[in-house]
Amino acid sequence: MSENERILEMRDIVKEFSGVRVLDRVSFALRRGTVHALMGENGAGKSTLMKILCGIYAKTEGEILLRGAPAEIQTPTDAKALGVAMIHQELSAFHALTVSANMFMNREFMKGPVIDEARMVSETDKVFSDLGIRIDPKAKMETLSVAEMQLVEIAKAVSTDADIIIMDEPTSALTEAEVRKLYETVEDLKSRGKSIIYISHKIEEIFAIADEITVLRDGSLVGHDEIGAFDKDRLISMMVGRTLSQQFHKTRHTFGDVMLKVEGLSREHAFENVSFEVRAGEVFGLAGLIGAGRTEVVETLFGLAKKSAGTVSLYGAPVEINSPGDAIHSGIAFVSEDRKNVGLNLVGSVKENITLANLKKYCRLGVINAREERAASDAQAEKLSVKANSRDTLAMYLSGGNQQKVILARWMSTTPRILILDEPTKGIDVGAKAEIYRLIDEFAAEGNCVIMVSSEMPEVLGMSDRIAVMHEGRMTAVFDRDEATQEKILAAAAGI
Amino acid sequence: MKKKSKLLDYLVKYRVFVIFAVMFIVMAISSDVFLTRGNILNMLRQLSINGILAVGMTFVLITGGIDLSVGAVLTFSAMVGCSLIQKGSPYPVILAVAVSLAIGVGIGLINGIIVAKGSVPAFIVTLGTQMMAAGAALLLRNGSPIPGLKDEYNVIGAGSFLGVPLPIYIFFAIMLIGGFVLRRTRFGRHTYAVGGNALAARACGIRDKSVTIWVYVISGLCAAIAGVVLSARVRTATPIAGSGYELDAIAAAVLGGTSLTGGIGNMWGTLAGVLIIGLLNNGMDLLNIQSYIQDIIQGLIIIAAVYIDVNTNKARN
Repeated sequence: MSENERILEMRDIVKEFSGVRVLDRVSFALRRGTVHALMGENGAGKSTLMKILCGIYAKTEGEILLRGAPAEIQTPTDAKALGVAMIHQELSAFHALTVSANMFMNREFMKGPVIDEARMVSETDKVFSDLGIRIDPKAKMETLSVAEMQLVEIAKAVSTDADIIIMDEPTSALTEAEVRKLYETVEDLKSRGKSIIYISHKIEEIFAIADEITVLRDGSLVGHDEIGAFDKDRLISMMVGRTLSQQFHKTRHTFGDVMLKVEGLSREHAFENVSFEVRAGEVFGLAGLIGAGRTEVVETLFGLAKKSAGTVSLYGAPVEINSPGDAIHSGIAFVSEDRKNVGLNLVGSVKENITLANLKKYCRLGVINAREERAASDAQAEKLSVKANSRDTLAMYLSGGNQQKVILARWMSTTPRILILDEPTKGIDVGAKAEIYRLIDEFAAEGNCVIMVSSEMPEVLGMSDRIAVMHEGRMTAVFDRDEATQEKILAAAAGI
Repeated sequence: MKKKSKLLDYLVKYRVFVIFAVMFIVMAISSDVFLTRGNILNMLRQLSINGILAVGMTFVLITGGIDLSVGAVLTFSAMVGCSLIQKGSPYPVILAVAVSLAIGVGIGLINGIIVAKGSVPAFIVTLGTQMMAAGAALLLRNGSPIPGLKDEYNVIGAGSFLGVPLPIYIFFAIMLIGGFVLRRTRFGRHTYAVGGNALAARACGIRDKSVTIWVYVISGLCAAIAGVVLSARVRTATPIAGSGYELDAIAAAVLGGTSLTGGIGNMWGTLAGVLIIGLLNNGMDLLNIQSYIQDIIQGLIIIAAVYIDVNTNKARN
């Protein structure tokens, strides 16, 4: 492997934003036909480095060599022409257009002045069959699953003859089966001599797929080596600069009475006849594939959608929850998987986001007591160690981990008894993850309960006291912590 | 060095006021009349109508909506109100004011309900109610104005207190109340939250639809107040009085930094926007610029001001 030629070398790259150095003499080398993982916590400089490679940012110092020759990458167009393609974390698809229109955006086949639709479809088909992708090129992009959109993006990169494909958190929205499919595609790309820069927070994933690893921390290069030279602990300690003796913080404590009881809950076209109960002090995991109906169940519990049948009881008494307001009033808090669309007001400040769910508490006759609000928001932000310049910083400027902490701070300030978390650590770094796990454990230990939807197997197994598995809108199995294994959960999730 | 950059920061932060100050100084140099007490009061009195509309518009824009009906609501509510209190009518002035305001609130309520519950785009809903209100205003007296209003009514627009015309007090009072509600109350915070991310607001237990309805009611109410002030000032209700006013109000709010996509804006900025537009109109009159050319210049300056605003902000980040 190591004898493969270097297709890309980035040497002593420095990037400064108005005098602040965010990348400090970082070097990075990529060999042909390999997968090179770029690791580091949020803010380590991975994205900045990749944006320089893609021509989105201009480097302050340093040089880039492509295929041994110095390359000047000033614009995204330059990067494309030099065979560098990036598959974005948040997909930038044109949802109302067809798959083939997306594939050939801005490089459409023309027949005189009009677009040659037929040729675009056939060319798309050709690329897809090469990669073993089964998607109808004429389908509207919006009818595709997130995984399928991702595959289209990859096919698009391949079809531009890109040699270097950058994948930024490609599996964050994929199910286990789809991840396996992605791995196959990546292996296939490798065998064609393509090189892949792979950015991910998921350590298991890196060990499954990468040939080499480069680790960044705080804008500097920490180390680089072949995969065999790493183990999980070493990698984590390189990323965070300390050893995390235990990633999943979990203490033993006793359970109390049943707090939440769900019987025969159904919502048309989403899920059917879901029953479970959660006791005080318990972390209840909800596992399953994406699209199995887990998010729909918790959204219904929180009053964001209407149930069509079933009953919900809190503390032994049946309740009707018709709106999030009802749910909050009943002591339920909900952290959505969709941080940007359902969670945050991105153009609102940290403070405003934290106090939004129980602003009433800081109001007299509808007028906000500014001092009380500031104090409450600061206290919550400190408790969850939110890192922001000030309480007035807009949420859009925070890293993913800090955004998640802001949302958690908001819900903890409502002093809930039942905390519903949907993919609580999606796309956030190792350090923030550990803090969130600690928070979950402490919250449960105080005699509250947690319902946690998660597609990350180690997280479900590591944090849950009991694990329910859903498959196509039905609950197929419930396991106790001690009997749950990855195999059993996967089997139940697949409906076997 | 550090001090200098801090000053620069302030100048960038309050750039709309800087733009206003520059224009103010230019006018003060170009015209002898500009800085006289009479002219300044006249300018403020004239811009008070747009100012009142802009307060309501700011609320609507912050939720991510738009209200194109305010000009026509101003006209129609004033026409109906004034039709009750021509000299010799048995009705008291207070009734005319109450009826006008009720019409403003009513149309605002209709706008709000259709936008929030019917999910029809605000642009279309308020364009429709604009056309209906404008038509109804013309229909009422077959296109004729309503002159000869009772003197007690005219005082609202033509009277003064301590030498300052009443419309200026009314404008500043509404602006202060609007600013307070937006900045300091729960409703104001909810307005920002709904405009910033309606789904997230709903997930926080905020009744986003009711917030949406309320901002259109506020906008309608402001339009009706402006209608009362304007008709009382010119002592006549004319059936085309407010046509095109909605665009001045939107321009003032956007000049002041309110985002058309929602979630961002504040009343101080809107005040600056209102002052800039008022200053432009007044200044160009003083400089004897022909009114057609005034329109061209005003259009240019609005684009230029927002260009400077947006791009200095971008450069700072």
